[in-house]
Amino acid sequence: MSEALYPIRVEVNGVARTAQVHARLSLVDWLRDALRLTGTHVGCEQGVCGACSILLDGEAVRACLMYAVQADGHRVTTVEGLAAPDGTLSVLQDSFCATHGLQCGYCTPGLLIAAQALLDANPRPSEAQIRDAIGGNLCRCTGYQQVVEAVQLAAERLAGGGR
Amino acid sequence: MKSPPFEYARAASLDEACALLQQHGDAAKLLAGGQSLVPMMAMRLLRPAWLIDIDEIAALKSVRVENDGVRTGAGARQVMLERDAALGARVPLLHQALAWVGHVQTRNRGTVGGSLAHADPSAELPLVAQLLGARLQLRSDKGERSLTASEFFVGPMTTALRPEECLEAIDWPAWLEPRVGSAFTEISARHGDFAMVSAAAQIALDGDGRCLRAALGLGGVGMTPLAFAALAARLVGARPSETDFDALARAAAAQCEPSDDLHASAAYRRHVARVLALRALREAHRDAERVR
Repeated sequence: MSEALYPIRVEVNGVARTAQVHARLSLVDWLRDALRLTGTHVGCEQGVCGACSILLDGEAVRACLMYAVQADGHRVTTVEGLAAPDGTLSVLQDSFCATHGLQCGYCTPGLLIAAQALLDANPRPSEAQIRDAIGGNLCRCTGYQQVVEAVQLAAERLAGGGR
Repeated sequence: MKSPPFEYARAASLDEACALLQQHGDAAKLLAGGQSLVPMMAMRLLRPAWLIDIDEIAALKSVRVENDGVRTGAGARQVMLERDAALGARVPLLHQALAWVGHVQTRNRGTVGGSLAHADPSAELPLVAQLLGARLQLRSDKGERSLTASEFFVGPMTTALRPEECLEAIDWPAWLEPRVGSAFTEISARHGDFAMVSAAAQIALDGDGRCLRAALGLGGVGMTPLAFAALAARLVGARPSETDFDALARAAAAQCEPSDDLHASAAYRRHVARVLALRALREAHRDAERVR
């Protein structure tokens, strides 16, 4: 059986991308395998772990629970889109380093996206709001405490004008 | 795992979606937010030949707050309801339940109609629909039907939707008594994960604190979400006390038919059903008493 191909046009990290995809290709597999944007990780492939989180039109979603064909006409930001073009880490990313908000790093891209979506909508979140925002992301290393501290630190630094 | 192969069609309108359903029947499934369907595809629990994508149909995404309730399009995203303060004021229980639905990332995609059509007996929105007696508007090429939640939910992951039918809108009734309180609570392994047991209650009081109307519902302890209309009606007419709530919670838990699984035994679920029913009743009553 030959599977049909469907044309898509998606803006990924500010760049217009076009492709022909099989309907069953997940968005995360397209980002990783076709565009080689391997910063977005694949954990459970069934919407539980949050490692594949991306921003779709500015809102955090799980890229394993979307088919690439559904992203047609939409705007995607992956973890690669958070850092400056020269690779300089964003304030949020740097704050994860400063507070040891990661260990093995597998969950980190998803946590960064979840935290970025939170800070975009709510620049001064409470601890409870931070915990709620990262509640859909599993981390087996940190115990989450340093992740919460990273987001708090980033919020403080951003409120203070950047660094 | 990866989803099995399927053909994909994006419907631009509800008419087009209905025509595609009529054409493909049982071989097709509707795809909206995909937060339940896509995991089932990835686990190979479903192998539809066609997925008909209704997620870009703007007409399905409307949310209208009216005097006697709220009408949500089936395709309205959970996050849209969560952020709608007017909706929260009109049907507070819906708002309270949404705080327990999945996680930020899933509520950003997941739709109201998708949750109802998936009909997981432990899911929050089906419980609210059952408890409030929401009406579900169904459409097919042949016409329209309107079902109450109790007619719609048939069993676990099973609804009265026919293969050629699409859920179009849901009417969530508001209670118009002056003093209405509601509460939603649940127990799960991680906040936002599937509930082992969930409980919801809504109580209306008169100026003297006498109960005018009461509703109690439990999720995760039966084949469908359960509403205990006859039991809750016992509260009507008197100023409800802790003893009344305890008796009602016990009676409701006794009527549940929970099952064992990896996460919790039936006995545990029945116990928690009583405890959560009591908490929900107590909190809904307190909430109603706050209204002066």
